[in-house]
Amino acid sequence: MSRYESWGRFPQAQQRAQRLCWRSDDILSLKQEDARGLPFGNGRSYGDVCLNDGGILLDCRGMDRFIEFDKKEGIVRCEGGVLLRDILQLVVPHGWFLPVVPGTQWVTLGGAIANDIHGKNHHRAGTFGCHVPCFELLRSDGSRRVCSPSSNSDWYGATIGGLGLTGVITWAEIRLKSIPGTDIEGETVRFGNLSEFFDLSRESDRSFEYTVAWVDALATGPRLGRGLFFRGNHSGNGHGASPEEAEKITLDGLPAVPLVNRATVRIFNALYARKQRRATKRVRTGYGPFFFPLDAVGGWNRLYGTGGMLQYQFVVPPKEASDVVSGILDRAARSSAAPFLTVLKAFGDKPSPGLLSFPRPGITMAIDFPNRGQPTMELLNSFDKLVREAGGRIYPAKDARMSADVFQACFPEWSELSSFADPRISSSFWRRVTDRPR
Amino acid sequence: MKRVLIIGATSAIVEATARLFASNGDSIFLVGRSESKLASVGADLKVRGAGKVGTAILEAMDFGRQAEIVERAASFLGGIDVALIGYGILPDQEAANSDAALVRRAMDVNAVSTVCLMTHLAEFFEGARAGTLAVISSVAGDRGRASNYVYGSAKAAVSHYAQGLRCRLASSGVRVVTIKPGFVDTPMTAQFSKGMLWATPESVAKRIHSSILAGGDIVYAPWFWKWIMTVIRIIPERLFKRLPL
Repeated sequence: MSRYESWGRFPQAQQRAQRLCWRSDDILSLKQEDARGLPFGNGRSYGDVCLNDGGILLDCRGMDRFIEFDKKEGIVRCEGGVLLRDILQLVVPHGWFLPVVPGTQWVTLGGAIANDIHGKNHHRAGTFGCHVPCFELLRSDGSRRVCSPSSNSDWYGATIGGLGLTGVITWAEIRLKSIPGTDIEGETVRFGNLSEFFDLSRESDRSFEYTVAWVDALATGPRLGRGLFFRGNHSGNGHGASPEEAEKITLDGLPAVPLVNRATVRIFNALYARKQRRATKRVRTGYGPFFFPLDAVGGWNRLYGTGGMLQYQFVVPPKEASDVVSGILDRAARSSAAPFLTVLKAFGDKPSPGLLSFPRPGITMAIDFPNRGQPTMELLNSFDKLVREAGGRIYPAKDARMSADVFQACFPEWSELSSFADPRISSSFWRRVTDRPR
Repeated sequence: MKRVLIIGATSAIVEATARLFASNGDSIFLVGRSESKLASVGADLKVRGAGKVGTAILEAMDFGRQAEIVERAASFLGGIDVALIGYGILPDQEAANSDAALVRRAMDVNAVSTVCLMTHLAEFFEGARAGTLAVISSVAGDRGRASNYVYGSAKAAVSHYAQGLRCRLASSGVRVVTIKPGFVDTPMTAQFSKGMLWATPESVAKRIHSSILAGGDIVYAPWFWKWIMTVIRIIPERLFKRLPL
């Protein structure tokens, strides 16, 4: 029985689990056994950075305690297995918010740091790691280091975006941001093609804290890159406790047949693109529907059937962005693949302290594909070429297939990270992109 | 705001239940074996909204200190409204088949220690003529099965003791709640492969919390175990002894 999967459900891995429930405990299994381990949070990374085929997964979800919440200063300290959802439920009623949130609240704090995640406010706030003043790193030999920009700063940099390889993040501190209310004052703006997107993005990033765009990846020709642009700011409205945001429906019981194909994507995209007639629509919503619309559907990854899904996310420098994005959209639309949820966002230039952090100034795009084996892999490999030629890089947290060559070209810092990696920790991803004959 | 004494506070189900008390602003006194773990749990409950939080160390077999711990909790909290007992060990049945020392230890911790503690708490609540004493037993105590009868018979003793106590204290305004969880995915059961019947500590905790607040004498968690165990109990012994349960 494999209870441990990544969000894309590809690849599948066989691994034993050991639960880490107490931050004061050592990682016993790694001292006693030959197999290597890997910290595992809530399994929301897409590919194999959270898998360890043939090894041990150190399940950190039991380390889910808060340690301290300074309501005046907006600092929360908690264990690595706490979900961002739990942090929001704690801090929002007191007028605080997480400085950076990804597209789902169902990720652990440790996972957020290890993948140095980003959100719709990257152009202002940078990555999650920019807001983590310190954390404790537990190594397999039992040693512990409190890491911050001023002490153990090399370990600090290696662990932020370090894919769990440097050790277990037992606890971390987060600098929260103050919000005037719990609602988001948002706008949805229709755009007809890619160049309209770039204009909208430039203009919106000046006056909106949160920006992201959905793109109809099946549109071609003059409509290539059409979509909806979402932008918003925190609003003074909405007070008190965040509602218990239960999943509205869950797809856990879905049949194993893939429901995402070109026909269903075409229908969905056509409906979604026509969702609004007006060019601009103003909306005020709770923060949940604005930041985490997909969390309303539990287990939506099961729409892709047993083959799973592959998300392709890359970033390219601003100058090459238009060419690469249109090139990839065009290839995806003309292929037999069914590119589903596709998002575009401009990254800002705030640097992350993380050595292997993914974001760079430029444009990032993420496209979900049902995994149909070889043809899908070939299509994505052809994207790699475009991204690399433009000096771009691919996001490890979403990846299940890039070659060692591509990874090492994207992240030349990888060899430096490997000197900080715990000798008793490894992952399916890390072996795939570093173990190769030279 | 309630004053809650929690014994076995570092077990997964109990800790999850303690968080529900904390979010109501209740004051909590935590008892367990490990000082550092109690401190972690206590700090967490405080952040989650608990009023006062105190801790004390107690080993299951330290019978001599049980009464003192109840007193300390009562003086720290200024009385006790709810006491929740939830510690135990799950012995490996196969090893226990030929290891009397292991059987004795399982009985001592799961049954003897627990019912002695209940005796002290019953006395306290009877004196106050109020309070709720909740104890975590198990569906395993409802019928002896080859696969788990050492744990099961200790839990049967706890269920039986609680039942008698409930009858004795009914007229004093003291409630006794017997909680019977089914399969729960906790560190205690980490080595089992999990199927459909398995519940999370959080869902079991919700049921424990609501039945402590709202009433209920014998509470199965999740609820469907009541019907499963009804069926298990009525199977004739002649047939039951041949079933691979």
